[in-house]
Amino acid sequence: MNDSQPVAAAEVPSVVGRYRVIPLIREGAMSNEHSAVADASVQQQLKLPGTLVEDWHDRAIARLGELVASRRGLRVFLDTCTKCGACTDKCHYFLGTHDARNMPVARQDLLRSVYRRYFTFAGRFFPWLVGARKLDKALLQDWYNYFHQCSECRRCTVFCPKGIDTSEVTMAGREILASVGLGQQYSQEIITKVNSIGNNLGMKAPALAHVLESLEEDILEETGVPVRLPLDDPDADMLVVTPSADFFAEPHVDGLIGYAKVLHQSGIRWTFSSAASEAANFALFTGQHDHMRDIALRIRNAAVELNVSRLVIGECGHAWRVAYSFLDALVGPMNFLEAAHPRAQHICELTHELLESGVIRLDAERNRGKVVTYHDSCNVARGAGMGNIKGGQFTIPRELLVASVPQVIDMSRDTTHQRTFCCGGGGGLLTDDLMNVRIKGALPRAQALREVVTSHQVTHLVAICAICKTQLSAVLPHHDLANVQVTSLHQLVGDALLLDGNKANT
Amino acid sequence: MSALIDTLETDHEGYLKRRSDWTAALAEELALADGIELTEGHWEVINFLQEYYENYEIAPAIRILTKQIGKRYGQEKGNSRYLYELFPKGPAKQACRYAGLPKPTGCV
Repeated sequence: MNDSQPVAAAEVPSVVGRYRVIPLIREGAMSNEHSAVADASVQQQLKLPGTLVEDWHDRAIARLGELVASRRGLRVFLDTCTKCGACTDKCHYFLGTHDARNMPVARQDLLRSVYRRYFTFAGRFFPWLVGARKLDKALLQDWYNYFHQCSECRRCTVFCPKGIDTSEVTMAGREILASVGLGQQYSQEIITKVNSIGNNLGMKAPALAHVLESLEEDILEETGVPVRLPLDDPDADMLVVTPSADFFAEPHVDGLIGYAKVLHQSGIRWTFSSAASEAANFALFTGQHDHMRDIALRIRNAAVELNVSRLVIGECGHAWRVAYSFLDALVGPMNFLEAAHPRAQHICELTHELLESGVIRLDAERNRGKVVTYHDSCNVARGAGMGNIKGGQFTIPRELLVASVPQVIDMSRDTTHQRTFCCGGGGGLLTDDLMNVRIKGALPRAQALREVVTSHQVTHLVAICAICKTQLSAVLPHHDLANVQVTSLHQLVGDALLLDGNKANT
Repeated sequence: MSALIDTLETDHEGYLKRRSDWTAALAEELALADGIELTEGHWEVINFLQEYYENYEIAPAIRILTKQIGKRYGQEKGNSRYLYELFPKGPAKQACRYAGLPKPTGCV
């Protein structure tokens, strides 16, 4: 046996994960998985029917008709699928559950077959020839159950030769369901809280102020530096909007502390807003465009109110997709932003800019002993860019990690970058009543993680999305990966940062 | 056995809809159903949660909870490992349910 051999061998991923193998089908395995339907009071606050309406069939078909007429993309996506099968084994929920209806093509077909029956010539007159069918109660139930087993992550879209965006079909399905009285409690309740209080948690301004003060105390104790986390500062030049989970949950809050340290060192005058204390936009998940606009408008209004010239978004996957791809369309033009930064920036982009220009310095040795790998969040990887460089959404976070930690290892390339697997809890599925779906859906990510844990003794899995952090912390123990610490990227950046006056510097 | 919880209005995950319905006996019953006998340590947490909710209309962030419990009852209690020993399903969710607080919503 040659002792030096394994060093070279370890560089090549040798474990073949099951995400490369198409599983045997278990028909209907997940047909009874059911996320709670929204309470009447929640639906009514969103101006939607409280319970399933009597004429649900006619109203669902009418709404589908309106959607295909107004969303051209949706119609193209419904028309162009040839059922080639390229997407079948690309979905983490199919790979984890083995339920054939979780193949993206089959899940979409729940809606596509109805569209054909009512809105295409062949489907109207020869339904048996084209797989067209009428909407009945059983199918409506399947819509509800299976459209809440899709995280709208769009991995299947990467592999679709026609470029069909499956998430648009899921969103349309959920939108129709909500319009006949079958909204999902988890997402819809959150939207009512953003509308009434300003964030998903339902955390009011006094509680938020208390959390921020308490964190300032903690940082002062740790570093000896009076790092501030300002709220509604009228003299700020920059508004930072972050997912409210950053104010509440672990490991999110450690990332928040990291933002504060970086911003302190930058010298920028910045603030949070109590009126827009939420970056997330759950209406992207429910597919309701008017709600999406209302939520985005809170951010614009707060920025205008505080008279800031820069807008920065914290570590939240779908918030970044909305901010990067849709903000102008929803509430633009964002013409109050300064010429040098004319659109919302990602916190990673800002930190990267500060690092490149030498305003901040990072010392990776401060994270000695950690071996980290990076989980690309789906909405960042496939729904947005970052910085002004192609592929910045992949390179910027990784460059920050390399500057912050001595050892950074990538997972297998067919599970990262554009081909990243969803954490299993995105798209409005991060609710305890879908825990079974969440655990199973995390399987491919867990398999890829296990490879690098085995080959490189990875200790930390880094994410830049509040959902990914919560979900992975909750489900990795079910995949025997409890020892891997799920971590905010900015926690590692904050720990590596050379903070002027820090006790640790001496 | 007629359970107290069955006579009260709850959400689909068993959290009380009206905080005014809460009683200490209910907390004991809910914990017992999970195989937990409430000790003084549990009550320190439950009492703090209720007090915090009274002031801020939301459950405390985990970091605030650990810090305050540590300050009040000794540093050996001011960490999440201790809290998870008391409430294995997570102090935020399980302890909130026993305390009669609504479940935290969002990406948490």
